[in-house]
Amino acid sequence: MYPTKYHRPASLAEALQLLADNEDAKLLAGGQTLLPTMKQHLAAPEAVIDLSASGLSGISNGGTMVTIGAMTTHAEVATSADIAAVVPVLNGVAAGIGDPAVRHRGTIGGSISNNDPSADYPAALVGLDAKIVTNARELAADDFFDGMFATALEEGEIVTQVRVVAPKRAAYVKFPNPASRYAMVGVMVAETANGVRVAITGAGEDGVFRHEGLEEALSANFSPESVDGVAVGADGLLTDMHATAEYRAHLIKVMAKRAVAAC
Amino acid sequence: MSENGIGKSVKRREDKRFITGKGKYTDDVRMENQAYAAFVRSPHAHAKVTGIDGAAALAEEGVIAVLTGPELVGDGIGNIITGWAITSKDGTPMKVGAWSALATDTVRYVGDAVAVVIAETRQGARNAAELVEVSYDELPAVARGDRALQPGAPMLHDCAPDNMIFDWEIGDEAATDAALASAATVVELELENNRLAPNPMEPRSAVAIYDEAEEHYTLYTTSQNPHVARLVLSAFYQVAPEHKLRVIAPDVGGGFGSKIYIYPEEIVCLWASMKTGRSVKWTSDRNEAFMTDAHGRDHVTKAKMGFDAEGHITGFKVDTIANLGAYCSLFATATPTYLYATLLSGQYNMPAIYGNVKAAYTNTVPVDAYRGAGRPEATYLVERMMTTAARQMGMDETELRRRNFIQSFPHQTPVIMCYDAGDFGGNLDKGMAAADVAGFPARKAEAASRGKLRGLGYSCYIEACGIAPSKAVGSLGAGVGLWESAEVRVNPVGTIEILTGSHSHGQGHETTFAQIVAEKFDLPIESISIVHGDTDKVQFGMGTYGSRSGAVGMSAIVKAMDKVEAKVKKIAAHQLEAAEDDIVIEGGQVKVAGTDKALGWHEIGLAAYTAHNLPDGMEPGLKETAFYDPANFTFPAGTYICEVEVDPETGVTEIVQFTAADDFGTIINPMIVEGQVHGGVAQGIGQALLEQVVYDEDGQLLTGSYMDYCMPRADDVPFYTIEHNKTVCPGNPLGMKGCGEAGAIGTPPAVINAITDAIGTNELSMPATPLKVWQAIQKTRAPMAAE
Repeated sequence: MYPTKYHRPASLAEALQLLADNEDAKLLAGGQTLLPTMKQHLAAPEAVIDLSASGLSGISNGGTMVTIGAMTTHAEVATSADIAAVVPVLNGVAAGIGDPAVRHRGTIGGSISNNDPSADYPAALVGLDAKIVTNARELAADDFFDGMFATALEEGEIVTQVRVVAPKRAAYVKFPNPASRYAMVGVMVAETANGVRVAITGAGEDGVFRHEGLEEALSANFSPESVDGVAVGADGLLTDMHATAEYRAHLIKVMAKRAVAAC
Repeated sequence: MSENGIGKSVKRREDKRFITGKGKYTDDVRMENQAYAAFVRSPHAHAKVTGIDGAAALAEEGVIAVLTGPELVGDGIGNIITGWAITSKDGTPMKVGAWSALATDTVRYVGDAVAVVIAETRQGARNAAELVEVSYDELPAVARGDRALQPGAPMLHDCAPDNMIFDWEIGDEAATDAALASAATVVELELENNRLAPNPMEPRSAVAIYDEAEEHYTLYTTSQNPHVARLVLSAFYQVAPEHKLRVIAPDVGGGFGSKIYIYPEEIVCLWASMKTGRSVKWTSDRNEAFMTDAHGRDHVTKAKMGFDAEGHITGFKVDTIANLGAYCSLFATATPTYLYATLLSGQYNMPAIYGNVKAAYTNTVPVDAYRGAGRPEATYLVERMMTTAARQMGMDETELRRRNFIQSFPHQTPVIMCYDAGDFGGNLDKGMAAADVAGFPARKAEAASRGKLRGLGYSCYIEACGIAPSKAVGSLGAGVGLWESAEVRVNPVGTIEILTGSHSHGQGHETTFAQIVAEKFDLPIESISIVHGDTDKVQFGMGTYGSRSGAVGMSAIVKAMDKVEAKVKKIAAHQLEAAEDDIVIEGGQVKVAGTDKALGWHEIGLAAYTAHNLPDGMEPGLKETAFYDPANFTFPAGTYICEVEVDPETGVTEIVQFTAADDFGTIINPMIVEGQVHGGVAQGIGQALLEQVVYDEDGQLLTGSYMDYCMPRADDVPFYTIEHNKTVCPGNPLGMKGCGEAGAIGTPPAVINAITDAIGTNELSMPATPLKVWQAIQKTRAPMAAE
């Protein structure tokens, strides 16, 4: 009833070809969302294209920039000395994703392509002004994430790399959902070459977003106290059984303040 | 004294197989002709079933059968029963709506079973179940107990037009009203006891085997009480007569009450095995467990307590609405009545009590007994009331409790129970000393310097265990007796097998039960084995729940051992030519006291079975049976003290210290008892801070997985400080009270009282999630809140 053909291409070119040849195919980039979804029969793709052998993993240190292959696992990011040397905040972000089993299967490319509204990487990459590289182009993180579970990826397009330039300072603090321990509110605060950026995950109805008010206040005075004077409204924030929009708005300020203090 | 006897922390003998993966659970059973069942379940909370089309499913390769409710009823399988009759205050019997194991014309909760698919593989059965086309006419639904009782609410069962199962009362309303009217202070409280999902580690499972030649059934199942399962399956569901039905509950991985009941799936598997001629296996997955395992708690309560000018309680009036779900489960009706309102006196002298409990049908999975069963609900109410009253009257809450503690025993409460022993002040003293209450102000000040709100909360719980005298429970409506049985078999080589009607699903009976035998006959524990869980092996039994295996199950073993001892002494006296009174059993020998005349223990066994030299008229053999019916409930009690730190910025509560000072009477194995307390307190913390089953207004289950239902994890609970006080229970031979549920009973009010102490309000409901604690803090600051 649910036949699925499994492919494990040996190169990106082969993966792209398979994707082009199979209309109803899903990319398997760790499977931490796709496989549970398939087990529940909520997804039933005719083909699964496993990217684990297509040469997309690995981390390289360019001095002031790291390049992370899309199939690099969270565990590899969490423990990478190259990342520690350039963007140490990313070690911590990856170390806080899921549990050890998830971190050893899940990948950065898989996570951002799925764009779960409670995932950590979207806030981290938007906050760090990262670049997302695909087989076809390079996109700013700001332009990549496009609402809940939606991205700018075109049909047949595969994320290959993430590039992150060293920020002057950055910190990520999240408030976990008590049950799932996904971010109920996760705030990345970063001072980059292009200014202060504040990106928030877990809270917005449209997934990750930047908060202008917090960015302006922190640009003027990068201190925890600056957060106090900023109004964070509940409009556009999620309400569910674990948190109201008002509570999420409040937590954004608390987490932002703690992130600034941790910078 | 045996080195592995009473009071020794003997390591659990069953753990070798559990921790090496060698346990044998129901799902490990594999039969040669095994097929798999998958259930077609209602996606609607309330609907008429207008048609079932199994053709597409049946056409799938490997599908053996698609079976439905009308066929089940047509084959004479009876409706699911409830085992405790409650009479409403107007004298009318409770209203029990028909519950067929597969729905015949109406579904009443999300997950209600409509049909079953039997197939060659598990996945094949599950896939085919999705192809069964069921037509529904949706009906309006109601999920909350209080709303179900309001006029105009959707009706579930024709026999209960207002959804009221019973409107029951206990105590003296007039006397209580009078006491409240003349009280110096009346304290009012409204609260909810949150609905919980039991979540045993092992999900429910059944393997049904039909032997056509013998017309005999065998059921492997995850049961806390296999004999009760056989009795009910046979007498009420007419699956097979008892002598043609064997029920085996092998290793069972936790139950917490949820595996007492006989669920639709087990009945259907047995029936399907006969229909298909195949062994039929079904194992629940976690999503099915959330949807179909009986839930616990779910009370809405309003209460008033009156005090005189000195702080003595004068009266206590309680109105509770209990949500029992879509159907009356096996013990569902006893839980919010005789297991709840009979404990409303708590540890206190209360001259007048009146309790009114209304039970409601709702479009949710049935609610039944879950670890504590009624007593957590009573304790949460009484202990939050005591703390709230102390705050309202400006009294020290420990002093208010002490002033009202029952001091002399036996003590007859106004709500049936007669407490036999206790030392409530002693429990409180021990708890306060261990928790260093004297040092709390300094700790609070230190926490404040870090921006944290520190609070201290008390709970002085009492519960009723070891249920209980069969005559008493029978007079209150129970459909079964609540005794226990044991057989002690001394083999010809002197080894001993204990056959017990109690069932172990995590409690460590293979260790503790052997300890009392080792103690009695002064034998190595290795020579003793415990047999349970198989109706073909064990004579009979009522099973394990209500913390009864020690107080009732072990008492039956003691009674049987007494008979064995008497016979051993007779044989020894005969062979050693001494008086019976001079015979002592020690060190593996049976001796004449004060002499060197002795026989080895094994020689007595051999003598009993060779029967070459027994006293005249004595029957050969050395095995004895006893049925033990308790004289009273037992009353474990204790003081729990919880210390928390609340982060006022986020509402996050951290439990920084938790002290349990329990009086369980005699303790057989302190390590196992401590483990029971740890587990129970963790579940209590889960209820207080984390866990809640949520249905939306239309009866859809919103907490259907661990993504939304929050179970306690290791980092949610602190290290515990465990203390024991001891007043011996006079009602049973070992003086035991029971320890299995105390943690889950005593903990929730201690946690909530600590948080409300920290944040300075009495208004807080369980689970006290960060959201709710933050909201409560905002309310306390409301006049200044500008945001």
